[in-house]
Amino acid sequence: MSLIVKTIKSFILYELLLGMFLTLKYMFKEKVTINYPHEKGPLSPRFRGEHALRRYPNGEERCIACKLCEAVCPAQAITIEAEPREDGSRRATKYDIDMSKCIYCGLCQESCPVDAIVEGPNYEFATETREELMYNKEKLLSNGDIWEHEIAQNLKIDSHYR
Amino acid sequence: MIDEFFISGLIILAQIMAVIVPIFISVAFLVYAERKVLALIQLRRGPNVVGPFGLLQSFADALKLLTKENIIPSGSNKVVFILAPIITMVLSLAGWAVIPFAPGWVISDINVGIMYLFAISSLGVYGVIMAGWASNSQYPFLGALRSAAQMVSYEVSIGFVIITVLLCVGSLNLTKIVEAQQTVWFAIPLLPMFVIFFISALAETNRLPFDLPEDESTLVAGFFTEYSSASFVLFFLAEYASMILMSAMTVILFMGGWLPPFDIFPFNSIPGVVWFTLKIIFVLFLFLWVRGTFPRYRYDQLMRLGWKVFLPLSLFWVVVTAGFLVIFDMVPK
Repeated sequence: MSLIVKTIKSFILYELLLGMFLTLKYMFKEKVTINYPHEKGPLSPRFRGEHALRRYPNGEERCIACKLCEAVCPAQAITIEAEPREDGSRRATKYDIDMSKCIYCGLCQESCPVDAIVEGPNYEFATETREELMYNKEKLLSNGDIWEHEIAQNLKIDSHYR
Repeated sequence: MIDEFFISGLIILAQIMAVIVPIFISVAFLVYAERKVLALIQLRRGPNVVGPFGLLQSFADALKLLTKENIIPSGSNKVVFILAPIITMVLSLAGWAVIPFAPGWVISDINVGIMYLFAISSLGVYGVIMAGWASNSQYPFLGALRSAAQMVSYEVSIGFVIITVLLCVGSLNLTKIVEAQQTVWFAIPLLPMFVIFFISALAETNRLPFDLPEDESTLVAGFFTEYSSASFVLFFLAEYASMILMSAMTVILFMGGWLPPFDIFPFNSIPGVVWFTLKIIFVLFLFLWVRGTFPRYRYDQLMRLGWKVFLPLSLFWVVVTAGFLVIFDMVPK
């Protein structure tokens, strides 16, 4: 009996039509694709993107050139040189990150005692040449100025867990 | 005298252009439709950037391909290598000469129209074999061999399906075949044959689930692996043009060509060419829908289906139809 049913089913293409009906139903479902450049997916406040050097609200840069980030960086992407400034405070004269070496592990921002170096929420910093990925102190500070609002908000949201 | 020849030549040329240009445009939109339908089935959005709703995507792609370098492999047989896409393209367009778009709308109304169509669509395999052989490379060669075997297998059952239709019509003229479906489309009394014809048409045009000649996952791109730029465009155009030709053939043989579905007021006031186009679009949608639904056949399964299922089944139906027509004295005079 089951053999007869099976034969009839295979002759009227029962399973195939079932499959086609399923795909037809899927055609009218809501699409999962995000229309990328126009709409973007949600980001965690802990998202580790492009680096930035932050400033205090009075405009003074936070980094004290303690070189903890340089020491902890597993990819050795960070290079820091420091000298005392005219007012006697210790500041970095050179703060370079080779973004083509960086593995975005986030250890630099974990190690920073003054929350100076952070990985911001920006992930759209592709460049046309390799050289543009060798970030220097000015580039990092300007990143900090651009993204300060978002970075501060993310740090605040995540502060309960630190 | 010369003037008369010249003018009649011009008229024929104009007719040919009036058929070929819309076909090229519809090929462009068919490629777009295919990408869109597949995307919708897979819960994606598909092309939506170039032009409104991405409608101009195919034109952008064609422009990109045509501006690229045409690479001819040094080991290839250059004459055959260049000839192959041309032959494929010409054959996929030549079939349109006998297709009636509406009553009287046909370039050449010959009495063996269906034979001509069948012959032209069978010749399509030569372009594929030439491409596969002239490329002098393993993947195209395998693709060409598969294509040859596949086309031979499925043409047999297509032949029997056409014979069944001819038994019911009594003419090889495509216009007569359409006119014979005035009362009822052949898709209804000959439903099994319609299904067999549609599936064989999938195999004949190398569409999924029978696209073994260009099987991406095992043969890179099958017979046109070595082709680039304009010659690739020709193969691409030819594949889609022959897809449209096969659906036109399906529409003429089984779905009543330009005839409206019901011969009552709102339907029969719409011109026949509109019905013809709508039906072709429906069959093409079936092609795309099937592609979005089914996985590719294994090669031995493909051969089993062709020789052990379709051939006996279509042969059986030829006998049944012929017997039915004789017993009830319905054989067309």
